[in-house]
Amino acid sequence: MHNPNDFEKSIGRVIGHIFGNDVKPANIRRLSGGASQETWLISTEAQPVILRRVPHGISKPANSTSITMQTEAALVEAAANAGVKAPKVLYTLTAADDLGYGFIMDYVDGETIARPILRDPEFADARENLSRQCGEELAKIHALDIRSIDGVSRMSGLAQIDQYEAIYRDMGVSRPIFELALQWLRQTAPQPLADVLVHGDFRLGNLMVKSSGLAAVLDWELAHIGDPREDLGWICVNSWRFGKTQNRVGGFGTIEPMLEAYNQHRGLNLQPQDIDWWEALGIWKWGIMCLIMYEAFRSGSDESVERAAIGRRVSETEIDLINLLERAHA
Amino acid sequence: MHDQPSVIELLQAVKNFINDTAAPNLTGHAAFHAKIASNVIDIIMRDISARPENDRREIQQLQALLEAEGLNDLAELNRILCERIRTGEITGANDDLMAHLKAAAISQIKVDQPRYSGLKTALGSDGD
Repeated sequence: MHNPNDFEKSIGRVIGHIFGNDVKPANIRRLSGGASQETWLISTEAQPVILRRVPHGISKPANSTSITMQTEAALVEAAANAGVKAPKVLYTLTAADDLGYGFIMDYVDGETIARPILRDPEFADARENLSRQCGEELAKIHALDIRSIDGVSRMSGLAQIDQYEAIYRDMGVSRPIFELALQWLRQTAPQPLADVLVHGDFRLGNLMVKSSGLAAVLDWELAHIGDPREDLGWICVNSWRFGKTQNRVGGFGTIEPMLEAYNQHRGLNLQPQDIDWWEALGIWKWGIMCLIMYEAFRSGSDESVERAAIGRRVSETEIDLINLLERAHA
Repeated sequence: MHDQPSVIELLQAVKNFINDTAAPNLTGHAAFHAKIASNVIDIIMRDISARPENDRREIQQLQALLEAEGLNDLAELNRILCERIRTGEITGANDDLMAHLKAAAISQIKVDQPRYSGLKTALGSDGD
């Protein structure tokens, strides 16, 4: 464990690198993050910045599909340079900084928490605009040329099914709805579309939203090469509608504005039903992700009540899958 | 055994402590975890009251579906069902399977998260 004073001194040196040695951090505050990844808000005399890092000595959890911090920094930088609403990367940490792996970026003002975005009057315009804006932004992300960036793996829909099935089998649990969904996903898998850069976790919680709508796309750690419909389906997963189930896209909008904007930018003709399979895959995957997080509690690697409780969110994906399978088999 | 207080009363007392005493004194991540802990107490209380009847019904449905009348082990019954789905022996075209899975999912979400939107969808299409 590092001395907190060492941490502050290291932050001070990095802030000096970025803004000049006369600029000092004023306040350093942990925002959120899981067991392995930390997000810090650092106010400075120049401007507030965000540190995203994985501290030294923390290894990636087993079965993790996330990219490294260096790759994430490179992707966010490439995205911002190409006009995607992404924070400007100011600095990538090196070993000499003694802060682990990570990077410093612009702080983008706004709200990430779903509840106010979906319910507060302040975000009424945002809710009106977000579906279309998500289509535009995903089109830009999917058009990114990332050939110069190392460490981004390719994951088709079927490859993800294989991967998550293996994880599920290893856990030795019996969830009949997951088995049935797995059969259905395998039997009805659509032909893949041409590969694009997939953000991998494009949903409320990872989107910075201001009153007029989308301000920045955050949390690129699950980015990979794959099918563009994966991102379009993931934001439709009912868990990401946060109770506003009537609005298929993120709880804020119908799917048509998103697909229209997306199709227009990318010269495609995707229809709402083209997203169905990917939405189902997303629900099934999220269910297994919840089991993985609970497994961290069961195995003793993370003893928090949060990790225990998430095991009881598996049933939300089961009810969503059975609702969907019932319609599919009707 | 005595039950003054009962386990439900004890859980309620712990929940009161979390909500009224602990949570107001916590900030940040710890406050978030206090909220989760309070929700977990609700889950425990619902689980205690619903489990005997839910398990009894689930075992009964599985025994009928799998034609395994003598078998009373719920985990084993679910393991067999998973295997039969995986081998294609039983599919989504089987109405009894779909009815069973839906009933079991509804019972479970009523314990885990009774306000989850997917429950309303499930009950709406069911007329239940």
